[in-house]
Amino acid sequence: MRQAISPPSLMAMTQDQAHDHAQALAEQVRQAYVKKQPLAISGGGSKGFYGLPVEGETISLCDYQGIISYEPSELVITARAGTPLHIIEAVLAEKGQMLGFEPPHYDPNATLGGTIACGLSGPRRPFSGAARDFVLGVTMINGKGDILRFGGQVMKNVAGYDVSRLMCGAQGTLGVLLEVSLKVVPIPNYEETQVLNCTEAEMHRLLSELGRQPLPISATLFHDDQLYIRLSGTAMGVPSAARIIGGAPLRDEHLWSQIKEQQHPFFQSEQICWRLSLPPAANPIPTEIAKDQLIEWGGAQRWIYSEASDSDILQWAEANGGHATAVDRGIRGSTRFHPLSPALLSLSKRIKQSFDPAGILNAGRLYPDL
Amino acid sequence: MTLLSANLRDNLLNSLLPELCQLIPAQSIITEIEQLRTFECDAFTTMRQLPLLTVLPETIEQVQHVMRCCYQLNIPVVARGAGTGLTAGSMPVENGVLLGMSKFDEIHDIDLNNRTALIGPGVRNQSVSDAVAPYNLYFAPDPSSQLACSVGGNVAENAGGVHCLKYGLTVHNILELELVTIEGELITLGSAALDAAGYDLTAIMTGSEGLLGIVVKIRVKLLPIPTSTRVMLAAFATIEDAGDAIAAVIGAGIIPAGLEMIDQTGICAIEELMHAGYPTDAAAIIICELDGSVAEVEDELNNVIAIFTHLNATDIQIASNAEESKRIWAARKAAFPALARLAPDNYIMDGTIPRRALSQVWKQINQLAEQYQLQVVNVFHAGDGNMHPSILFDASDEEQHQRAFELGTRILELCIQVGGTISGEHGIGLEKINQMCLQFSSTELQQFHALKQAFDAKQLLNPGKQIPTLARCSEFNAMHVHQGEMPFPHLERF
Repeated sequence: MRQAISPPSLMAMTQDQAHDHAQALAEQVRQAYVKKQPLAISGGGSKGFYGLPVEGETISLCDYQGIISYEPSELVITARAGTPLHIIEAVLAEKGQMLGFEPPHYDPNATLGGTIACGLSGPRRPFSGAARDFVLGVTMINGKGDILRFGGQVMKNVAGYDVSRLMCGAQGTLGVLLEVSLKVVPIPNYEETQVLNCTEAEMHRLLSELGRQPLPISATLFHDDQLYIRLSGTAMGVPSAARIIGGAPLRDEHLWSQIKEQQHPFFQSEQICWRLSLPPAANPIPTEIAKDQLIEWGGAQRWIYSEASDSDILQWAEANGGHATAVDRGIRGSTRFHPLSPALLSLSKRIKQSFDPAGILNAGRLYPDL
Repeated sequence: MTLLSANLRDNLLNSLLPELCQLIPAQSIITEIEQLRTFECDAFTTMRQLPLLTVLPETIEQVQHVMRCCYQLNIPVVARGAGTGLTAGSMPVENGVLLGMSKFDEIHDIDLNNRTALIGPGVRNQSVSDAVAPYNLYFAPDPSSQLACSVGGNVAENAGGVHCLKYGLTVHNILELELVTIEGELITLGSAALDAAGYDLTAIMTGSEGLLGIVVKIRVKLLPIPTSTRVMLAAFATIEDAGDAIAAVIGAGIIPAGLEMIDQTGICAIEELMHAGYPTDAAAIIICELDGSVAEVEDELNNVIAIFTHLNATDIQIASNAEESKRIWAARKAAFPALARLAPDNYIMDGTIPRRALSQVWKQINQLAEQYQLQVVNVFHAGDGNMHPSILFDASDEEQHQRAFELGTRILELCIQVGGTISGEHGIGLEKINQMCLQFSSTELQQFHALKQAFDAKQLLNPGKQIPTLARCSEFNAMHVHQGEMPFPHLERF
């Protein structure tokens, strides 16, 4: 059942070239380790805003490209970190498959490595999983310049600690990603979005009721008293679910990609946008904190503009079972993450130390001390 | 027990017991040798070790106290759930404390609006689903031992089950963990939201086999029970046909809830015990379960029937009611009791491979079996590539026992060579610790040890399990097998 894959389009470099390139990258880290020279890991530069500023010599992954293996019937793709995300998605789409976590690109240069290192997921996240849920294995360089391989290309793997998932969202502070293996999913045969008029309270009531039924919901959005529910599934399953949900069909095909890429008018503001990650049915955010809001992920991801103080926002999020991140997409190194508890911070530091003893990899991108 | 070790034991007890008793009631501490025998092994019964003592704490404070005492006195701690593990992962260590978490069996909270439950690690897997069934919800991971195994154990092993291709492993179905560290500190990892700030530590804890901390609370995700479930069984004349049929189903964009494959020896053994109507003349059978809404399942069922028919299925049975579905599944789940009738002992492997290598590996396993003059039966979670080849042998014959073990190692090497892993869902424990040297290089193992150090600098948590020391690997004399680089050049690769 092997699919013939034509090397030129998928293999941006030969095995030997890739091997040499990976060795050169590892050597750069090794040298930096010896000299205690900080390194700033760079891919396509699409998510430079996400995190704090990083200083150091650049280690660039953007030429380390190519799909190493892809077998549709295995539901697994393995590619080098510098491979542009749009190429991966196009190759998958050709075989009727996609990345189940619907990652945002933010820029045409987005790479696979950056996507996984940032651990960002799109509208489908609450229904089919986050980036980390699809990571099966990684090849990486640790802070000493060792090339290491964890996980693999199979769905189930419990040999050793799950280091590959730990890399997801670690923003390169624990290692330089070289290759990533991801589980992929079939593109649903049929998709439809229903739109309903309702208040925020009504939205919460409806979504929690719908959540207890096996419906093929693949995204939700609430903004300006409009609730949008996307359904993805079979040609018979989707219309029958749409009847249960009610509302009217939406004709706008661009809504979900606008939301995923934050091109929706809501996001076109000069102000800092806060992301609150909350239990989906958490209380509505009081108006003194949220001046304007857009709610995704069945209630679990809420974007707000606020005039409240940072500490009020952080406190409210924490008191309601979640956390808050301040994001300004316009400026590099401008994202501030929710502070960690002292116990968690000291454990995180020790983990960082175990991968990067000299503290040279993307130091300070996640937190000043990591 | 020698005089010397008896003395050491007495000394340790004398220093530890008074400390423990400050916060732990006497009836929660077991020191009698006869009572300790209950805890000397998990379900991998060929390896046994008595602990120094067993503590059965009832509160988080008590767990913290046990950890502080052991940390201060440098006494190892091994956590144990229900003892259903298959790899000696919760086997005690000599002169160490066995921490039984069975009394943490409370479901603290069921949050219907967020579809989560906050539970103790001693809650049995099946009890979670039972408790939330009235609300039309369930907990997805369903290892075969789900009637007995605890969710704490599921977290420690990252347990799977027959439905994980569609619904994921334990790591995909938990949101938050409360952890007691070896220093006795209480830390929350993850959150009730879908993500948490900082490193993804719930991921690293899941499957860490008790080496990093003691889980005392778990927030699990609950899913709606599908309205419709259909089960079918298809027979094939060759392993290749069956393998092609599986690839075709996945290739057609269908993710079945369950997709299992059994070879002829397995079919015959099961049929003899269960009389489930499995076609004994087939080279392999596939069991396929589809679930979802009535409309979705109807769509997919028709597609799967068309695929199987097109790919030379010799027989297709579709369960027309819940009773028949149950019959098909019950027989599959009885695979291991059925095999137990074929030989006094059986050594169950847990290697996982890319599905495309299935028929190759299957053939090579049979060749190896012939070479080692032992019978191997294959039962296979085909959907996710998790093989459970079972080596039949007689442990009373020392030489045969040794041969079975060597054959097992050869099979695991094969799994690694085709890009797979030595364990899909059972874990490493002590049983497969030597084979870890085959799968990982020494720098990778060192990285694992460094990570362990970050959680447990004194190496007191479940020491000697899961991650072999480099000394152990050189003693085992194992060469790291490079994925896809060594023998079997005839296997196609990228």
